[in-house]
Amino acid sequence: MIEIKNIAKKFGKLNVLNDINLHLAKGESIALIGPNGCGKTTLIKCILGMVLPNKGEIFFQQKSIFKDIAYRSKIGYMPQIGRYPENMSIGQIIKMVKTIRNSNETLDIDLYEQFEIEKLLNKNMNTLSGGTTQKVSATLAFLFNPNVLILDEPTAGLDPLAAELLKEKIIKERSKGKLILITSHLLSELDDMVSEIIFMQEGALVFHKSVVALKQETQVEKISQAIIHILKHKTV
Amino acid sequence: MRNYYLIFITILIGCSIQAKTIYVGKSGNYTRIKSALQNVNNGDTVIVSKGLYKEGNIIINKSICFLGKDFPVIDGDKKYEVLSIKASHVVIKGFKIQHSSYASLDDPGGIKIYESRNVTIEENLLSDNFFGIYLQYCSACIIKNNRVISSGKQEQEIGNGIHCWKCDSIQVIGNKIAGNRDGIYFEFVTNSLIWRNISFDNIRYGLHFMFSNYDAYFTNCFTNNGAGVAVMFSNHITMMNNTFRENWGDAAFGMLLKEISDCYMAGNQFRNNTSAIFMDGTNRIIIEKNIFADNGWGMKIQANCMDNVIKHNNFMGNTFDVSTNGTLTLNEFRENYWDKYEGYDLDKNKVGDIPYHPLSLYAVIVEGNPPAMLLYRSFMVSLLDKSEKVLPSLTPDNFIDKQPLMQAIKL
Amino acid sequence: MNRILKYVILDIIKNKIVIFYTILIALFSWSSFSLEDNAAKGLLTLLNIILLTVPLVSILFSTIYIYNSSEFIELLVSQPIKRSKIWYSLFAGLAISLSFAFILGAGIPIIVFADFSKAFIMIVVGIFITIIFVALAFLSSILSRDKAKGIGASILLWLYFALLFDGLVLFLLFQLSDYPIEKMMVIITALSPIDLARILMLLQLDVSAMLGYTGAIFKDFFGTQFGLLLSFLLLLLWIIIPFFISLKKFKNKDL
Repeated sequence: MIEIKNIAKKFGKLNVLNDINLHLAKGESIALIGPNGCGKTTLIKCILGMVLPNKGEIFFQQKSIFKDIAYRSKIGYMPQIGRYPENMSIGQIIKMVKTIRNSNETLDIDLYEQFEIEKLLNKNMNTLSGGTTQKVSATLAFLFNPNVLILDEPTAGLDPLAAELLKEKIIKERSKGKLILITSHLLSELDDMVSEIIFMQEGALVFHKSVVALKQETQVEKISQAIIHILKHKTV
Repeated sequence: MRNYYLIFITILIGCSIQAKTIYVGKSGNYTRIKSALQNVNNGDTVIVSKGLYKEGNIIINKSICFLGKDFPVIDGDKKYEVLSIKASHVVIKGFKIQHSSYASLDDPGGIKIYESRNVTIEENLLSDNFFGIYLQYCSACIIKNNRVISSGKQEQEIGNGIHCWKCDSIQVIGNKIAGNRDGIYFEFVTNSLIWRNISFDNIRYGLHFMFSNYDAYFTNCFTNNGAGVAVMFSNHITMMNNTFRENWGDAAFGMLLKEISDCYMAGNQFRNNTSAIFMDGTNRIIIEKNIFADNGWGMKIQANCMDNVIKHNNFMGNTFDVSTNGTLTLNEFRENYWDKYEGYDLDKNKVGDIPYHPLSLYAVIVEGNPPAMLLYRSFMVSLLDKSEKVLPSLTPDNFIDKQPLMQAIKL
Repeated sequence: MNRILKYVILDIIKNKIVIFYTILIALFSWSSFSLEDNAAKGLLTLLNIILLTVPLVSILFSTIYIYNSSEFIELLVSQPIKRSKIWYSLFAGLAISLSFAFILGAGIPIIVFADFSKAFIMIVVGIFITIIFVALAFLSSILSRDKAKGIGASILLWLYFALLFDGLVLFLLFQLSDYPIEKMMVIITALSPIDLARILMLLQLDVSAMLGYTGAIFKDFFGTQFGLLLSFLLLLLWIIIPFFISLKKFKNKDL
């Protein structure tokens, strides 16, 4: 579904992404992991068109994303830290994104209901806590029933209950055969959610493997253990 | 000498009791003015009734009373000088005199008085003449309550409203003058008085003195002329209680003083003029108790002016109170009220404790560098002026009013 | 475009600074008209205030707003909407709401006190100045990622046009005072939007007579119908050029 070819990105002299090639297929649920500053967020932003790579191409359903922005209507994105216009209420934000996307799809209001956004509609964004803001971000990402979900540290800042609700939602969407891309530092919570792992280090792709394959290679039960194993033995 | 005149006038009045009265008009003794004038003697009265009289140049050469009833119109057809007076002791009253010729060589006028004395021109309406009322080599004449209205567009196409040349002891009182080159023009005129006239919309000056000494003008109003009053090459002129308003334009002045000396100016009001007073080669003049309000420049004093005293005036709301192109200070400013003064009065004697610098830095800059006027009203200019006020460094140190008043003088 | 525009405007209008700004210039305007004894003088006083405060508030507020909207811009960029549309909407939102604040604050008293043609030019000039400095804010905030740097650049830009440029003009005047530089000065002065606006307005008022020979040249240049058009065109360029440079940069910006 998403084809990344020879992507490279420099910020000044710093090589943030170094010749990345990836193929993300429909129905996969992928964890994008790696140490801080390895280029995860930049890669996501490249896919979303927020960062323009110096080199390479990205195709979304065989179409180059640099020519047509329509593909973004098929992506739901939840940023690491969502900040919104301070004086707008949650209701207005949701309404605005609705008008921008102008989609005919039936809205997916699962999270909207579970997070009880309804009660908060008139609250201004600048009065919200970080967690509530994340709830809004999550709701927006899932609201339009997109084929692809890109979630940047989705559970960070959420209370345990909300995090659990979100995880359940992710699993539910995954079962519908959607492409899901998650970055997270909390490796332990990934187990139920993902089927594939992409591991990055210093701007380069280290591996892209299925969870099953990974566990077999490392002979461990959990993803977190597998990763630690790899980091210790430096073998892939 | 004066006593002899008095006796003469008394005799004249005495004679006129026996003198005859001639009527001109449809039902009068004559239908034409000229035929009436052929049959008059000194002391007679000619009364002209309403109508239009186009008789070319009418000459009065006897001492008569020439009166109009219901404003008869005497028309020069734009070919003739309308009324020429070549005798003394003539009274002209109640006519509408219009359309004199426009030749410029012999300066034709609506009423022109040649070498006469004791002529009275009263309550006439002079419209669209080349010169309105023209006096040459006359003395002791009275020009009173006339209206001299023209509609000139350019200086060379129109003469002056009331023009006096080489005259003495003339009184110009209560006239209304508009649309001429100069409203009132005095050249080589002495001992004369100009009082309660209104002169407006004239192309050049409202009132113009040239080489005229010992004259006075009181309580006149000069509005919207090229310049209100120009006093040039004259001395001993008294100027009091006049109003100068809206003499506004690229080169407009309320009062233009050039090469004059020993004059006195008091109680005048200057409002909304581009420059209220422009002084060039002006010496020994006392300027006091005048109001300078809302002018572009209050006083523009050229470097060749000296020994003038400027005291007890109110300067309010002018863009520049004073400007000069010189660096020496040869004139004295004292006890004026300046609304821009920001000093204090600790001893409560109503005189500011620190001197006032009437010359702003920007005024000095503009004087030396006229294009700098482009920066008028810009933030930087206000900043410059403010800093100069705090720390005077570029404006002349001694150009000051040492005793600025804290409150405006009631005038 | 107007899909976001509405929300941007709503957001700005509710901003306390904009409300404060509106009240402030309303206060300035009403007081300068009521303190001066005639409308023309009030207009002159107001012109001074407007030429100082409007650019400052416009450029500073816009710069800060753009920086504060960075996350919002991020949110929008991830949505199916063109980058240029986002930038246009932000620009239009800021320009419209600040112009609206100006009209509400200064426009009403101007219309009440001054006669129509002068009031009209004054308001148009004020709106132009507002939008020009919004455009300059876009330029200075796209040049640097660092908010402090961007705000610094904005303040410098304002300082340059409000003060330094005039100082430069004055310096040139003194240096070249022996040459017939009037025409050149007129052209140079027209290169600063604040100066151009100020002189345009002065020409509408009676004080133009005080501007003397140089003023007359300016009037010949910019006082005619064609000149008025030309000067508004110049003002328009001051909007278009900075904004389009910023737009070009924004299209290639990494968020």
